[in-house]
Amino acid sequence: MTLRDLINRLLRRQQASGETAKQRLQLVLAHDRSDLNPELLQRMRQEILEVVSRYVEIDVDEGEVSLETEDRVTALVANLPIKRARSLPLIPGLGDSDQSTADPLRRAS
Amino acid sequence: MNATSARTILICSGKGGVGKTTLTANLGIALARQGARTAVIDADFGLRNLDLLLGLENRIVYTAQEVLAGSCRLEQALVKHKQEPNLALLPAGNPRMLDWLKPEDMKTIAAQVGQQSDYVLIDCPAGVEGGFRNAAAAAEEAIVVTTPELSAVRDADRVIGLLNSQGIQPIQLVLNRVRPKMMANQEMLTVQDVTDILALPLLGLVLEDEQVIVSTNRGEPLTLQGHGAGSPAARAYINVARRLCGEDVPLVDPSKERSGLRAKLGRLISKNLF
Repeated sequence: MTLRDLINRLLRRQQASGETAKQRLQLVLAHDRSDLNPELLQRMRQEILEVVSRYVEIDVDEGEVSLETEDRVTALVANLPIKRARSLPLIPGLGDSDQSTADPLRRAS
Repeated sequence: MNATSARTILICSGKGGVGKTTLTANLGIALARQGARTAVIDADFGLRNLDLLLGLENRIVYTAQEVLAGSCRLEQALVKHKQEPNLALLPAGNPRMLDWLKPEDMKTIAAQVGQQSDYVLIDCPAGVEGGFRNAAAAAEEAIVVTTPELSAVRDADRVIGLLNSQGIQPIQLVLNRVRPKMMANQEMLTVQDVTDILALPLLGLVLEDEQVIVSTNRGEPLTLQGHGAGSPAARAYINVARRLCGEDVPLVDPSKERSGLRAKLGRLISKNLF
């Protein structure tokens, strides 16, 4: 540890590099273990935000969808601050007279 | 003794240079000194080094290649260690073997070696490709070696995933090149960090020790000297061997292993005050 590192640590300007290593490792392993490519993860994140925002108004900038890993199990963790619930959920097809056109499952069949 | 009674253990890491071959050599000697008939197989055909670490490089006549080809008997290829006759090395063949060697070939070799051993240690090549798959095919259990560094732990994690998918069990961890001072200063991943992340039982903890380099220079594994005369790494390797045999040996606490006046003073104070 150099003197500058020590001063930075004492002034809490910089966290210990061991802690940084741990955090970086946990993040990279969550991705390695899930075997999801970044593009797919980005698309999934986008769609999750879309679905959730139909029901509640969320703070998209503060929201976070990420992979976390513990005991060799990887979890998808969404942390989405809710501003307020929507009074009328914006669900496509809900309230429509013709539900068959709005139901994606039925449309696919 | 028949083939099924030998314990066939893969020693692997993913990343190169973390201490697989050093562990294989030292563990081999330590197990042999405990009276177990031990064979070490150099499965690193591309970059073989186990012969060098054991000081047996000048005594190789035949290798795994001739055994597989049927041009010599296994006994002719096995190199017995002079000071520790319970230990034998099956040297790696020519790197060109990599072109045709299959997982079944490694299984055949390990089974043959296992017929006259209590322990068969397979020194695995770095990487997760063909060489690793060949070596892993022959093993029943595994020891993953890693150091408290990002890249080593990441690669170890990848290897553990592959070992799990092959049904290799148990998988145990040896944490190598631990620097107590850096850990105490939080400038390194801690033992707890690594075991939490990899979720493996800790079989051993080896402190960074310059004597490892000296012993490599001489081709005399540290464990040859025995427990008493041993350096910290020698003691650690012997303890790995004892734990492997089922003995309950407590792990060293890196924070108590710090040398130097300040650490000694700290210990003295904490002992007398608390």
